[in-house]
Amino acid sequence: MKLYCLSGHPTLPCNILKFKSTTIMLDCGLDMTSTLNFLPLPLVQSPRLCNLPGWSLKDGNAFLDKELKECSGHVFVDSVPEFCLPETELIDLSTVDVILISNYHCMMALPYITEHTGFTGTVYATEPTVQIGRLLMEELVNFIERVPKAQSASLWKNKDIQRLLPSPLKDAVEVSTWRRCYTMQEVNSALSKIQLVGYSQKIELFGAVQVTPLSSGYALGSSNWIIQSHYEKVSYVSGSSLLTTHPQPMDQASLKNSDVLVLTGLTQIPTANPDGMVGEFCSNLALTVRNGGNVLVPCYPSGVIYDLLECLYQYIDSAGLSSVPFYFISPVANSSLEFSQIFAEWLCHNKQSKVYLPEPPFPHAELIQTNKLKHYPSIHGDFSNDFRQPCVVFTGHPSLRFGDVVHFMELWGKSSLNTVIFTEPDFSYLEALAPYQPLAMKCIYCPIDTRLNFIQVSKLLKEVQPLHVVCPEQYTQPPPAQSHRMDLMVDCQPPPMAYRRAEVLALPFKRRYEKIEIMPELADSLVPMEIKPGISLATVSAVLHTKDNKHVLQPPPRPAQPTSSKKRKRVSEDVPDCKVLKPLLSGSIPVEQFVQTLEKHGFSDIKVEDTAKGHIVLLQEAETLIQIEEDSTHIICDNDEMLRVRLRDLVLKFLQKF
Amino acid sequence: MPEIRVTPLGAGQDVGRSCILVSIAGKNVMLDCGMHMGFNDDRRFPDFSYITQNGRLTDFLDCVIISHFHLDHCGALPYFSEMVGYDGPIYMTHPTQAICPILLEDYRKIAVDKKGEANFFTSQMIKDCMKKVVAVHLHQTVQVDDELEIKAYYAGHVLGAAMFQIKVGSESVVYTGDYNMTPDRHLGAAWIDKCRPNLLITESTYATTIRDSKRCRERDFLKKVHETVERGGKVLIPVFALGRAQELCILLETFWERMNLKVPIYFSTGLTEKANHYYKLFITWTNQKIRKTFVQRNMFEFKHIKAFDRAFADNPGPMVVFATPGMLHAGQSLQIFRKWAGNEKNMVIMPGYCVQGTVGHKILSGQRKLEMEGRQVLEVKMQVEYMSFSAHADAKGIMQLVGQAEPESVLLVHGEAKKMEFLRQKIEQEFRVSCYMPANGETVTLPTSPSIPVGISLGLLKQEMAQGLLPEAKKPRLLHGTLIMKDSSFRLVSSEQALKELGLAEHQLRFTCRVHLQDTRKEQEMALRVYSHLKSTLKDHCVQHLPDGSVTVESILIQAAAHSEDPGIKVLLVSWTYQDEELGSFLTTLLKKGLPQTPS
Repeated sequence: MKLYCLSGHPTLPCNILKFKSTTIMLDCGLDMTSTLNFLPLPLVQSPRLCNLPGWSLKDGNAFLDKELKECSGHVFVDSVPEFCLPETELIDLSTVDVILISNYHCMMALPYITEHTGFTGTVYATEPTVQIGRLLMEELVNFIERVPKAQSASLWKNKDIQRLLPSPLKDAVEVSTWRRCYTMQEVNSALSKIQLVGYSQKIELFGAVQVTPLSSGYALGSSNWIIQSHYEKVSYVSGSSLLTTHPQPMDQASLKNSDVLVLTGLTQIPTANPDGMVGEFCSNLALTVRNGGNVLVPCYPSGVIYDLLECLYQYIDSAGLSSVPFYFISPVANSSLEFSQIFAEWLCHNKQSKVYLPEPPFPHAELIQTNKLKHYPSIHGDFSNDFRQPCVVFTGHPSLRFGDVVHFMELWGKSSLNTVIFTEPDFSYLEALAPYQPLAMKCIYCPIDTRLNFIQVSKLLKEVQPLHVVCPEQYTQPPPAQSHRMDLMVDCQPPPMAYRRAEVLALPFKRRYEKIEIMPELADSLVPMEIKPGISLATVSAVLHTKDNKHVLQPPPRPAQPTSSKKRKRVSEDVPDCKVLKPLLSGSIPVEQFVQTLEKHGFSDIKVEDTAKGHIVLLQEAETLIQIEEDSTHIICDNDEMLRVRLRDLVLKFLQKF
Repeated sequence: MPEIRVTPLGAGQDVGRSCILVSIAGKNVMLDCGMHMGFNDDRRFPDFSYITQNGRLTDFLDCVIISHFHLDHCGALPYFSEMVGYDGPIYMTHPTQAICPILLEDYRKIAVDKKGEANFFTSQMIKDCMKKVVAVHLHQTVQVDDELEIKAYYAGHVLGAAMFQIKVGSESVVYTGDYNMTPDRHLGAAWIDKCRPNLLITESTYATTIRDSKRCRERDFLKKVHETVERGGKVLIPVFALGRAQELCILLETFWERMNLKVPIYFSTGLTEKANHYYKLFITWTNQKIRKTFVQRNMFEFKHIKAFDRAFADNPGPMVVFATPGMLHAGQSLQIFRKWAGNEKNMVIMPGYCVQGTVGHKILSGQRKLEMEGRQVLEVKMQVEYMSFSAHADAKGIMQLVGQAEPESVLLVHGEAKKMEFLRQKIEQEFRVSCYMPANGETVTLPTSPSIPVGISLGLLKQEMAQGLLPEAKKPRLLHGTLIMKDSSFRLVSSEQALKELGLAEHQLRFTCRVHLQDTRKEQEMALRVYSHLKSTLKDHCVQHLPDGSVTVESILIQAAAHSEDPGIKVLLVSWTYQDEELGSFLTTLLKKGLPQTPS
C-alpha cells in the first residue's frame, strides 16, 4: 500500500492511495496562493496599476519590464494569473480509478485532472459539495474571463531568469507547471463525471474496497472518507470541524480502529479562536460604519459568509446598524444564498428543525426579504444604481487579485475611514495587500478558520486510536514563525509519518487476511472439534471460486463413479491425484497405551525398546518395526499393505488431524 | 435452517393500513404503520396484539420503518408508539419526518374535533412519537445495531418517499413502500441498484393497469378542466394537501399562463402555503428539472393559485378548486362536493385512487345516489371524471423494478387480491422467481441459505490463486486449510499455520515399506530401472533420479538395497509420509508387480 503525495499544501491536499487493486485519489486541491505573485485584474481601468514601473535587474537590464512590475518594493507578474497544480508526473493519472472529494474547497483542480490526464474513472462527492463547488468554479472562471488580459508572461519562468528575481518570485516552486484557469466547458465536463453520494453510504469499488463518506462538520456536505476492505481500514480526514456552525456535526466514532489515518486540512491559524474572531469582526465593522466609513469583506461566495451573515442578523439591530446596506456581490451570490436553504439534511440539528416548521434554515432569507442584504452578480448593472455609502460589501476573491474586490480596493483604499476585514484564512493578508500599497484604508485581520486545531487533533487521535498517522510535514513541526510553540504540531504515538510534495510513502500495512465466503452446503459438511476451550478447528477441503474480487469456497465435486470394470484401464488412470493432500497430524503417542491397543487388536509378541528419543515397538512376527518419538512415528514393514493400513489406522487414533 | 418470515398486519391483499412484519436472521422489523381510510372502527389500525399479547413491543421489534407520509402508511404511528407502547427507533427520511406530524395532527383534528371521537391519540402523543424518529439520508447505510442495517432508495411517489433495504449479513429484504417508475412534473422516478435481495416486497396498486403516456393524461385533464370552466362550470379536484396537489398545480399554473386564462384557481386549507414551502426547502427531493432551475424560478411559487375561503364555494361563475382530502371521505372537499354535486355543468375530477367505503370510491364505481349522514340522499348530477395521476407504478413499472433489483422472490402487498393474482403469475413467468401475496395475518416463510463469511489468510489465498492460474485449470483444484473458530471470529489458514498458532507441533507419520524383487543386477542399475519405469508410468508426476542413487516421486523416496542374505533378491525401500499416503500405497503396489524386463 502506497501514498503518492501530489500537493504540498496541507489544506489543499491531493494524494493518491494505492490500496489492494485500486488507485484512489483523495481530493484535488488547487493551490491558488500562486496568484499572489501576479498583479490584480481590475474590472475598471486602473491608472495606478497601469502606470506601475517595470522592474529591471540590478545591473539596469530592463528586458523583463513588460512582464514584471514593481509596487512599493514588491515585484509582480503582469499577466493572467496562474495556479499551481498538483504534481502530474509522479504517477500516471490515467490509472486513477476514483477520486474522492472531501469538500468544495478541495476540488478546485478537478477539471485539470479529469480533462487533461486521460482520466476515465468516477468522482465521488456529496450533493452540496458538487453544487457549491460548481459555484466556486463558476465564480473563478467568471472573474478571470470577464477581464481578458492580452498579456501572458512566460519569460520570467525561465529557470535561469527566475534565479535572478527577488523573493518571493525567486522561491516560487514548479513555476513551469503553473496553469491558467480552466473554462466553463471544462468545468461542466469535469462535474459530469461526479457521482453523488450521501453520508454513511457504502460504495463498493471493484468488489475489493469499500469507501464511505462521513460528515466532517466543516462545510455543507463536507466529508471525511473511510477506505476499507474487510481487514484493513484507512481513514482520510480532511477539513474537519468540531465547532457548532451550520453543517452537520463531525462523525468521529466511525473513524475508530483505523490502521492508518491520513490527516490533512487542519486550521491554518492555530492561534486564533474563531468565536473571538467573529466578535472582533462585528465590532470593527460597526466601528467603521459608525464613523462613516465603508467595510470591505473579501470572501468566498459560500461557507463562512453564511455564519457571518447570521451573526450580523443578530447583531445589526443592537448595534444600530439596521439602516446600513449590506451588499453581497458575486456572479453566484444569488445561487449561493438560494442553495444554502435547500440542504436541510446536511445542516446541524438546530437548522434542520427550522426546516421542519417549515422555515428557511438560514436567517439571511429574512435579511434579503427586509432589504437589509442585497445581492448582485457584479458591480455593473443594478448595483451602480442602488449603491449607497457607507455600506458593507462582501465580495471575492479573497486573494485580492481578481473579482469585484479589486475595484473596491482601488475605490476605498485611499481613505482611512474605510476598513478591509480579512476573514478567509487561505491567503496571507499582507501579501494580498502588497500590490495596493501604499494604503490609507484600515486593515483588520480576523481569520475565521473552523477546522481542527492541534488540541482538538490530539483529543481526536486519543479517541479514535489509529495505529499510524500520516500527515503533511508542516504538521510535524511548529510553524516557522512560532518555532518555540511545541504545542502547535501533531503529537501522537507512534510519531506521525510526514509527507511532502512529490513523495511516495509506503504505508506500514501488513495485509494478512481476506474475506472469503463458505457456501452453506460446505459449511454443513464441516466437522469442528474443540482443541482448547473456546477454540474449535475444522479441516476444510474445498473448491475456490473467484469472481469480481469476491472469493467463494464451494464443496469439492463428488468423486466420479468408478468407470465400468469391463473397460481395461491403463495404469496411469489409476494413479492417485497427488494433490489430494492428507491433513497434517499433531499430538503424541503414549507407548503403553499403544501397545495395549495393539494387543487388543490381535498382535502378539510385541517388544518395546527404549531409544534416546523415544521407543521402538517391534512386532517380531510380522518383521515390523514402529519407531515412536515425541513428534514422529515411523512404521517400517514388509510390503504387506493390509498390515500397514491396520497399523496406520491404529496410530491415527492417537493423533489429531489438521 | 435460517428463514425470512413476512406477515402483513395490513395491506395484505388490500390497499390501506400498510403494516408488514418482517423477521430476518433473528431481527424483527415493522414496515409502515398505517391507518385504513375505509374504516372508522378498530379495523382502521393494524392489530398490534398479533406481535405480542402481553410483552412490550419494544422487546419484540428491532425497528420500525416508515416509507412515506401518507396516512395509510403512517397514520397509526402515534397510536402504536404511545398508546400501545413502543420505544425503539422509528426510521424515515427527512421530508417524511417534517411532514408526517402535520398530517397526523390534521387527521387527529378531523377524528376528534369533527367526529368527536374519544380515546384517540393526542397532539402531545404525536410529538412524543416523533421524538423517537431517526431521520435517514438516501443511500445512507444506517446501522440499527451491529448486525441489522437499512438503506433508503428514492421512490418518487410523494416528497420524501423511500424504498428500504433491510439487511442482516448476506440476507436482505427490500420494501418498496409506494413508488413511481416514471418521473412526473415535480418528482423523479424510483431507482434501485441491482441489490439482489432474498425478497422484494412491492406495492401493487396498479397491478393490472398499463397506463398510457403521461402527456396524454395531462392533455386530457387540461382539456376537461378548460371545457368545464369555458361553459361556466365549477371544477372540484379533491386532493391530499401534499403530493399530487403540487403536480396538478404546476400543470394548471403553466396552462393558465400559456392560455392567459383568468378563471380563478383556489387551493383549500391553510396547509397549502406550508406544503409548498416544504417543497421549496426539500427541493433536492424533486425532479432534475425543478432542481436545476429553482434559483431562477421556483416552481412552487404559484401566481395563479390563491387561497380558498369557504364562502367562495357559493360564488357564481366558473372556478377551479383543489380541496382536501382526496377521497371525499370528510372535510372540505366533501363539503364542496355536496354543494356542487347537483349541477350538471360542474365537474369533479378524482386524480387518485379511492379506498373502498369512501364517497370517492362510490361515485367512481358509478353510484349516483349517495346516502349521507342523517339519511339524506345526495343526487350526483355533476360530471365525475377519474384521471389516474396517482404516482404509483403500473404493471410495467413494477416489472421494471423487479428487473432492476433482481430479487430471489417477490411478495405483493398494497393491492387488490384479484389484480395481484394476475401480476403474481406474470412475475413468476417472466422472472422465474416465486411470488407470494399473503392476506392480512397470513405468514409467508422463505428458507434462506446464507453463506458464512470467514477470513482466509492471504498467504493461503494467494498460493491457491496462483495455482488456479495454471493451464490445467480444467480439473477443479481443492484448497486445503484449517478453519479456526475462536469466539465469533472464523479464520481459514493453512494447516501448518493452524498448528503454529495453537502452539502444537506437527507429528510426522512415516511409512517405509520393503518391496522384495527377484533380481541379480546391481543396486544402481536397479534404481535406474525403477526410475525409467516410474518415469514412463507416472507422466503427471515429478520423478527424479538423485545423484546418491535414490529415486523420488514427488516427495516419496525409493532406495534400492541388497538383501542381507540372498544376493538374488533386491529390496526396494519405499518411504513416504502420511500426507502422501495414497501415492505411497500406489507405488508399493505397483513396484510389487515387478519391473518390466526391457526398459520402455
